[in-house]
Amino acid sequence: MYGLGIAKGLMVTLTNLFRKPFTIQYPEEAVPQSPRFRGEEFAWYEERCTGCASCAKYCPLGIIKIVTHPGGENMQEGDSYAIDVFDIDIGRCMFCGLCVEACPYDALFMGSGFERGQYRRDDLIITVDELRSSERRPSTWFRPQLEARDYNPQGGEPLSWEEVGR
Amino acid sequence: MGGYTPFREANSFFGNLYDLFAELNVFGVSLIPQWLAYFIAGFLVIFAVINAVVITTTVGTWVERRVIGRIQSRLGPNRWGPFGLFTPVADALKLLTKEDTRPEGVDGWVFNLAPLVFILGPLLVFAVIPFGENTYVANLNIGILYIIAVTTVPTIAMFMAGWGSGNRYSLFGAMRGVAQLVSYEVPLVLSIVGVLLLAGSLSLVDIVDSQRVPFILIQPLGFFIFIVAISAEMNRSPFDIVEADSELVAGFHTEYSGMKWGTFQLAEFIAPFGAAAIITTLFLKGWEGPVLPSHLWFFIKVWAVWFVLLWVRATLPRLRVDQIMALAWKFLFPLGLINLFITAGLLLIWEDPTIAQLWLMGGINWVVALACLVASSHLISDKLSTRAPLAPVPGRSSGRAQEAR
Repeated sequence: MYGLGIAKGLMVTLTNLFRKPFTIQYPEEAVPQSPRFRGEEFAWYEERCTGCASCAKYCPLGIIKIVTHPGGENMQEGDSYAIDVFDIDIGRCMFCGLCVEACPYDALFMGSGFERGQYRRDDLIITVDELRSSERRPSTWFRPQLEARDYNPQGGEPLSWEEVGR
Repeated sequence: MGGYTPFREANSFFGNLYDLFAELNVFGVSLIPQWLAYFIAGFLVIFAVINAVVITTTVGTWVERRVIGRIQSRLGPNRWGPFGLFTPVADALKLLTKEDTRPEGVDGWVFNLAPLVFILGPLLVFAVIPFGENTYVANLNIGILYIIAVTTVPTIAMFMAGWGSGNRYSLFGAMRGVAQLVSYEVPLVLSIVGVLLLAGSLSLVDIVDSQRVPFILIQPLGFFIFIVAISAEMNRSPFDIVEADSELVAGFHTEYSGMKWGTFQLAEFIAPFGAAAIITTLFLKGWEGPVLPSHLWFFIKVWAVWFVLLWVRATLPRLRVDQIMALAWKFLFPLGLINLFITAGLLLIWEDPTIAQLWLMGGINWVVALACLVASSHLISDKLSTRAPLAPVPGRSSGRAQEAR
């Protein structure tokens, strides 16, 4: 019989009325992210970084800028370079993660945040000071040692360079 | 108090107020002359009713958005105040502070008057609705005729808005609206006539008094036609082709902004309450009910009917223009005629029905209603669309033929 579809539709909406809504109230409660989520706040460990600038070379967009100077007297004996400038322009970043893949000393990790909205493009550049001072909650993407210990950057503690492992 | 005062006897609420002001005196000297008392009392009554309606509507917008949100598995507005209760206030403030734009090439008077005329219809409906025992603004002896007349006023306003805007989308929406409203007026009135035959009066108060059994039980087909026709009359979804946002931007009020747009919107949110009040009065025994006070009964019934209208709105998708016209003329109009003939015939058999005979009439009407709905839906369903069937693609057999193979 025709017209029964209307009644069926009405029943669907009525049952929906008494169902729990799916809404997640974003600023108050966040959507749980995957631990492999490639976020914006890069985690950089200066203690491990040699200033080789592999990340800058592998970046397909060329948005990483590194300026270094010799960090000690005996560069031949193992003194690494000291970092003057480490700018990541995440306004142009596409979060491919090639810089993290390229890092030979596991000094650079993808971050886990996604709330860096700014009003100007210039503010989107992550400077070296910001990288040094920020809390490091590295994403487990391309870092199996973090996955092996079930590290979750969203809920977990920030990790220092001794803790992140290689 | 000598002399005749209109409405004083007819309306106890107004009469008491009038007496209060007219008999106010200091040492035998009357402070307020009779004509002034008449106006003050009348103004207070009208003021109270209009404000009650508008406040109910503002609460209604909030309830509507919350309920539709829950139906769509969302939360709805919940930011302003507890549970988002102040959302209507924020809406009103935002609309009042918005710039009142006036596009180039509008017909000034027509453009500016349209919102006012538009809100007139839904507000005037409440003038004759009995809100409770002996509570109404006016007891017109032609009440239902007045309602039919007043609810068509927005049609003119709609065309004024569409024409005055000087915008093709607006005019197109307005023309659709006028065509739709004029078509649905016919089944609407036909379904009311059945009720009038049973009640034997045009006055809404008398209609409520004469309902020994709620007329929805005696006039199921009439109720069905009425509720469909009145939702079309209000341009409410699924009949909202007038302001179909995906086709016409916003229809006739595309060019309006600020409080003019707000007035249109307010009128559109008052309309369902007006419709619910009319349905309650005509089909659901009005304010009458056991135990609870009459005003509360009216309130509960109106909100229940309003919820049904909202429920239908939240469920059904918009009909096409040709489907809407076909539904009015090919489906509701014949059904309305059948309903009218059956009711008239039954009343010829039992001229002054007792309660038992009323129930019998109701039973006959239910059988007729179900038979008519089934039969006409089968007869008409493939004829509702006036669009030509899709032409077969040349050189390729149709899908059905392939299945048969």
